[in-house]
Amino acid sequence: MKTQRIVNVGVGGQGNLLASNLLGQAALEAGVPVVVSEIHGMAQRGGVVESAVLLGGAKSPIVSDAEADIIVSFEPVETLRILNKAHKGTLVITNTRPLPPFTVAIGQAPYPKPDEAIKFIKKKVGRLVAFDGQELAEKAKNPLSLNMVLLGALFAVGELPVPVKTMKKMIKQNSKERFVEANLKAFDLGFQAAAGN
Amino acid sequence: MDKLLTPSAGQTHLLLGNEAIVRGALEAGVAFATCYPGTPSSEVPDTLYRLRKESPDKVKYYFEYSTNEKVAMECAAGAAVGGLRTLCTMKHVGLNVAADPLMTLAYTGVNAGMVVLTADDPSLFSSQNEQDNRFYARLSGLPMLEPAGPAELKAMTVYGFKLSEELGLPVLLRTTTRVNHARESVTFAPLGKVKTKAEFKKNPFRFVTVPAVSRQLHLKLLKSYEQAQAISEASDLNPITGKGKLGVIVSGVSANYVQDALDDLGAKNQVKVLKLGLSWPLPEKKIVKFLKAVEKVLVVEELEPIVEQAVKALAQQNRLDLPIAGKGPGLFSRAYEYNPRLVRDVIAHYFGFKYKGTTALKLDDTPNLPGRPPNLCPGCPHRATYYAVKQVVGDQAIHPTDIGCYTLGLLPPISMADFVICMGSSVSSSGGLNRATGKKVVSFIGDSTFFHSGITGLINAVHNNHDFTLVILDNGTTAMTGHQPNPGVDTTAMGDPTTHIDLEGVVRGLGVTHVTTIKPFKVRASIEAIKEAVDHKGVSVIISKEICPLFGRRIAPKSRKPFQVNLDKCKGHLDCINKVACPAMFKEEGKARINPLQCIGCALCAQICPENAILPVKAEG
Ligand SMILES: Cc1ncc(C[n+]2csc(CCOP(=O)(O)OP(=O)(O)O)c2C)c(N)n1
Ligand code: SF4
Repeated sequence: MKTQRIVNVGVGGQGNLLASNLLGQAALEAGVPVVVSEIHGMAQRGGVVESAVLLGGAKSPIVSDAEADIIVSFEPVETLRILNKAHKGTLVITNTRPLPPFTVAIGQAPYPKPDEAIKFIKKKVGRLVAFDGQELAEKAKNPLSLNMVLLGALFAVGELPVPVKTMKKMIKQNSKERFVEANLKAFDLGFQAAAGN
Repeated sequence: MDKLLTPSAGQTHLLLGNEAIVRGALEAGVAFATCYPGTPSSEVPDTLYRLRKESPDKVKYYFEYSTNEKVAMECAAGAAVGGLRTLCTMKHVGLNVAADPLMTLAYTGVNAGMVVLTADDPSLFSSQNEQDNRFYARLSGLPMLEPAGPAELKAMTVYGFKLSEELGLPVLLRTTTRVNHARESVTFAPLGKVKTKAEFKKNPFRFVTVPAVSRQLHLKLLKSYEQAQAISEASDLNPITGKGKLGVIVSGVSANYVQDALDDLGAKNQVKVLKLGLSWPLPEKKIVKFLKAVEKVLVVEELEPIVEQAVKALAQQNRLDLPIAGKGPGLFSRAYEYNPRLVRDVIAHYFGFKYKGTTALKLDDTPNLPGRPPNLCPGCPHRATYYAVKQVVGDQAIHPTDIGCYTLGLLPPISMADFVICMGSSVSSSGGLNRATGKKVVSFIGDSTFFHSGITGLINAVHNNHDFTLVILDNGTTAMTGHQPNPGVDTTAMGDPTTHIDLEGVVRGLGVTHVTTIKPFKVRASIEAIKEAVDHKGVSVIISKEICPLFGRRIAPKSRKPFQVNLDKCKGHLDCINKVACPAMFKEEGKARINPLQCIGCALCAQICPENAILPVKAEG
């Protein structure tokens, strides 16, 4: 089986580690070899959070520079920051809604213009899927379901060896009762947004 | 019921490395567990704590968060000498604190299996250094297990208890962040039987380490070492795989990088790999045999060249002159963790394999990106305390600080962290800095850190008449590492039957005469109290008492009452933003604004605003 190296990046509180964990569990359920890695620690305090999922039989739990097949980013500036993991064939899926860091809020540094950031990424990598995932999460009635939206998008365009059905089963099993519906909706909205891309 | 408590064998789950340790301990029938938390080890104790709380009828082990690692080690030693299977966990620097008991526990040995987890952190994701704790196996003479991933981690935890009982010695289980925080599929064996009571047979000639006894015990340890080495020689945890005239010797997570590299390079038939899972004592005979069968060897080990030097020494003793390398220019570094590409590149370069990988993008035209450093949470009481102290001493005082969330006070605009080397150093270094410079010293320490190792420093300061003010940031939890309880925490809300120790009483008991407890969100009163403390000649202590809101909301959820800026009143001084950097605030059109989704209503900014422009959302209508 071909190895797929997927990097998830976001900001503390966006649910990036959960997305990686759920994808890992779906892979296990589908009989696809998988390793996941996470960096804990500063996650709670607004820092950058990165995790990786390797499908298809690689043993190493992490992804080196220039070796990500897919990057899923929860925040546009973090997409730019993580491009060192990409090569020109990398598929990048990114939420376009900015979550400016505090350094911007207090005027220490400017936040790059969103359209220009997207244009820049497009120029660099093979394929870019960019959309306002936060809006879809809100539409799904769970503003914290951006991770589900992006998982949906990943399944739409990532050519993963894991069936969508299995992924949804894991989402159902691992969501709190009152969020199941919204999370599945968020997954579907993300899937549709990316599939049309 | 939690999956980790599944009694039967056979199920496969995607487990975090640290969960795999817990499952392994349960399969081995662990009866006693102690820890002091610290990344990347914390999910082990946190999981043990959670399981005991959620399923008290299914869980048979005793568990505690100990006051510090030395205490954890000694408490565990008591249980293991007393005959119970015992697990003791800590991060790498924790073993420095626990090194004293460990070194002599190696002499007495234990009467039941004892596994000590030391979780190293190459690349310093959340640590103050990246020391290589494989040295502790060499220093203590104790065996060491080094898993490459979660599945091995579970298996080695189970085996660790067995090996410990076979040798009568504690066993070190050494992980790195990438093993603790990786997830992979782990297959369960049945849960073990738990023996919860045992008998201690007195034997002063083994357990009372006066010089005359220890002289004998050292010889006994050296004997045990030989026995351990024989086990290591025969162990299938030290397997040789692949074939060919080239050799790689590897340990830890790097074994995975080597596997992937050889796959990518198509070199499985040219390179033999000796993987060291039971990595101390070294299987010397096996290594020599390996060296004789190959023409060139690369040693792949993160951090220090420990195995490399040992292998070179073995080659010299056996008059083998094949090239052996590991660290060096064009090869591996002694700093930071490795990664798959690095290992592949070095293997290709050293052995002369060709590989065409992906090329990095040219990114030198990337726009300047705003940094995203971690920051104290909105409503964090540490921010309020720092603000108040700064109003009293300005930029003139020296601020020794300590390890915890409050170390983030390092960042501007707070910028009140001047020296920290290890837990507890804030208190003890204050006297030195004050006597050396004659300057005002106001130091900071968290409640968990104070109980961990601040108390002895404070006794020293009182006894030796030092002159400084210590601020104890009592947020009622060990926040940084995931909100574990500590001796000062009132755990009644959490339903734990522990005794809560009164911090102010402790400080007074240590002989500090000037002690004041403040509520940091009452800014004016806090400033007054700090002024008095700073003016006091000698040691004074301020206890700044306010619960960490992240933790508080978890144990007793309550609604937030956010504040907002009245834009008619705001004159755009921006003191609120510029002085305390709360992440709930931002600037728009020259005026301050508050994100109502982030604000928890601590009211610190409202007390800073000279225009009284910041008011609760409700009151504004
Ligand atoms: C010897 C040692 N053990 C453990 C750690 C990990 N660690 C870092 S900070 C901290 C505790 C912080 O708690 P506290 O002092 O109460 O501060 P808070 O984070 O709650 O503000 C721990 C356990 C460490 N750095 N060194
Ligand atoms: S977790 Fe608690 S102590 Fe740590 S920064 Fe956040 S509010 Fe402050």
